[in-house]
Amino acid sequence: MSEKIPGEDQLPTPGQVLPLAPEPQSAQGVEPGQASGTKPADEVPPPPAANRVMREILSSNWLMTLLAIVLALVVASILIVVTDENVQKAAGYFFARPADTFQAIGRSIGGAYYSLFQGAVYNFARPGFVNGIKPLTETLAFAAPLIAAGLGVAVAFRVGLFNIGGRGQILIAAAVAGWISWSFPLPPFIHMLVAVVGALIGGAVWGGLVGFIKARTGAHEVILTIMLNYVALYLIQFLLKTPGALQAPGTSNPKTPPTDPSAVMPTLSDLLTLLNGGTQVGSFRLNVGFILVILATMFVAWLLNRSSTGFRFRAVGENPHAARVAGIDVKWVFVLAMIISGALVGLAGSIQVLGTNTSGFGDGIDAGIGFDAITVALLGRSRPWGVFFSGILFGALKAGGYSIQAGEGIPIDIVVVVQSVIVLFIAAPPLVRAVFRLPAPGSKPKARRPRLTAEVTR
Amino acid sequence: MSAETAAPVVPAAHAPIVLEKAIVRSPKAPVILGVFALLALLAAFAFPRTGTTRFGLSTSRDSIQLDPIPVSTQPVVAVIAVLLALLAILAAVIVARGRTGKLPLWLTIVFAVLFVVAFLTWAVADGLLPFTGLLVGALGVSTPLIFGALGGVLSERVGVVNVAIEGQLLFGAFSAALVGVATGSAAAALIAAAVAGMLVSFVLAAFSIKYLVDQVIVGVVLNVLVTGLTTFLAGVIDVDKIPASARFATVPIPLLSEIPVVGPLLFRHSLIVYFMYIAVFAVWFGLNKTRWGLRLRAVGEHPKAADTVGINVGRTRFWNVSLAGAIAGIGGAYLALDAIGLFSKEMTNGAGFIALAAVIFGRWDPVRAVLAALLFGFATSLQNSLSAAGVTAVPKEFLLMLPYLITVLAVAGLVGQVRGPAAAGKPYIKS
Repeated sequence: MSEKIPGEDQLPTPGQVLPLAPEPQSAQGVEPGQASGTKPADEVPPPPAANRVMREILSSNWLMTLLAIVLALVVASILIVVTDENVQKAAGYFFARPADTFQAIGRSIGGAYYSLFQGAVYNFARPGFVNGIKPLTETLAFAAPLIAAGLGVAVAFRVGLFNIGGRGQILIAAAVAGWISWSFPLPPFIHMLVAVVGALIGGAVWGGLVGFIKARTGAHEVILTIMLNYVALYLIQFLLKTPGALQAPGTSNPKTPPTDPSAVMPTLSDLLTLLNGGTQVGSFRLNVGFILVILATMFVAWLLNRSSTGFRFRAVGENPHAARVAGIDVKWVFVLAMIISGALVGLAGSIQVLGTNTSGFGDGIDAGIGFDAITVALLGRSRPWGVFFSGILFGALKAGGYSIQAGEGIPIDIVVVVQSVIVLFIAAPPLVRAVFRLPAPGSKPKARRPRLTAEVTR
Repeated sequence: MSAETAAPVVPAAHAPIVLEKAIVRSPKAPVILGVFALLALLAAFAFPRTGTTRFGLSTSRDSIQLDPIPVSTQPVVAVIAVLLALLAILAAVIVARGRTGKLPLWLTIVFAVLFVVAFLTWAVADGLLPFTGLLVGALGVSTPLIFGALGGVLSERVGVVNVAIEGQLLFGAFSAALVGVATGSAAAALIAAAVAGMLVSFVLAAFSIKYLVDQVIVGVVLNVLVTGLTTFLAGVIDVDKIPASARFATVPIPLLSEIPVVGPLLFRHSLIVYFMYIAVFAVWFGLNKTRWGLRLRAVGEHPKAADTVGINVGRTRFWNVSLAGAIAGIGGAYLALDAIGLFSKEMTNGAGFIALAAVIFGRWDPVRAVLAALLFGFATSLQNSLSAAGVTAVPKEFLLMLPYLITVLAVAGLVGQVRGPAAAGKPYIKS
């Protein structure tokens, strides 16, 4: 079943034990450099398929992103319309009064998107600016952990690694942050910082473990992260029902004690109230976590684009074989990238525990952010500020999703559908081009063939 | 598994080609067995538990009732622990001196069975363990895993990494429930599940074969998409109450089902489980003994060579991935129609990933993958039985964690050598 075919591997590395491992394939055509027979091309095999796919994802343009979002919203609209009872009722007598059906469709879609806007940007139904703008702050509050985890996945992506282990890393980080919050009495602001650092370390350890195993044994990180997600889940479940570990004392529920108030991230309302001289201003949930996320974005932008470490990361992401020939310690880059990736995902975990959910958590504290982060990173094309804005978009979808669910009775999971459809379309630019009949980049514009016959000159 | 390489010399016209066989002797397997033997010895002598363990052999529906077998805990555990130690030594000798330098599969299986018996005897000291019930439960938990693993094996052997097993199971379960509620027909529900699994595969195949998108990305996103879609649809469509007519009834096979232990274990199930027996055999036979299987494997190992001899790589991949999806979808139908009897959101709960783990742990071989799925199902069923028997010696979370932990160890090269089909995960671009 796995007899080695001679000449199949041009350059076997220890990292090639699994089928998923990026490996050059002889049937994949010749790189331009190789065709001309230049010296380096002979020594350095073409980058593995996964890295080339990554480049394709990175290089497609904003138009594709926009079109992918439009297509996803169309798909969501169809789903909403098809499952809307009023539309179904009106469609029952479509041939008698077709206008009714179209009216119902319009009302259904219009209602949904108005609800989305009301839940994610500005609510005109509420009095005053402070109340009206609350949805926007909700969007940012939802976006903060998404951006943090998305940055983590993006850093790994840039090295050519898929970090699907967000769930496990968030769980471990959340457990550490929570444990620090209720175990050590510290002064307010420092307590929060210590808890955040603890979460970063927790995520870094869980992520770095993957990088370490991959570097040492060549195991594929996708399998490792998927499996470690469940290991972390059951580990947390065990700790949650073990008295003295994470379980709140005196209860039998698998739930932790509430986060210690001195470690809780101050919210925007807290800050505004302070500025306002003690009068309560609004009830914003948006918290300091968002500032941490902005700092993290700036850090990742510096790391990837300005630092020598980032240069090595990108070199390995472009072509690990070439990077190794150039003297880069590829294995160490894998480990370091997974450590940083895990730490960033861990930041999301700390925001969850210290900001979003401070009343004690169970094993669902990750709230699907680990998987959402993949879609955020892909939509943001793994660029720091791209991830930042795609995180805000998905945060808006999430905030609006709750409002749609409450207002229109459409399950919030429609948001998940939109997200994954966006990513599917983004991953396949040719498909989007086919839908909108766009020309492929690099292809010659189709000029009309002249009807003239060529003059015979020879 | 062994690395066979053709002799470098060009053979003469009619001289037989001599294959040079590299023998890899790895001490890992005996060391692992040694660690487990040591654990057993520790349990037997450092933490001895006294009393009598009773193994219940008959279920309440058996016509021949057998009394539970009483077993004196301490001596039995001690004897088995010593046996395990001897087996580990034997394994070391085989690996060091044997002709192939590899551990025979039977030794691993015997070792595992003995270890489990010792563990059960030790854990359920002074209690009654419904042994047959444990095994029946294990088969029930394993059934969707086996379907998923078969789908995974087929898909990966043809060269498409299938991370979307979870999605195929879940969509299969949802469609089975949906059609079951709508039509009340079990057959229609089963077909709907197969079609649903196939639909997920269509997307996976189209994106990875036609649009050359990374297969892992597509698989992961498909899982998310199916989770969102089924949860959304389950929120707006009522798929809770599957009528009894749409559920598969238990069909005991006459006579065979009355054999103690074996009867209830193998021959007292619904049609889906019997279908699973056929599917396991069919996939094994098809992969290894038919032209279809040869072509499938060729495409997965060396698509260019397959293309050269006139096999359409893209089409072979597309239809076999679709078939894989259909098989996994039937596993989903089992979940919705047989095991649980309703659709609930995210009801697969990681089963697809355990199936993926079984594929890897079973080294992309259908029979080994099925054995791995049975092992993982057994771990889950063991957890259920132990909690039912009131045993708290081992926290259930660690038993649930076991399949995933084993897989991490397996891919890290600690348990056997793991190497999949050579071309899996790589799109084939005809040049």
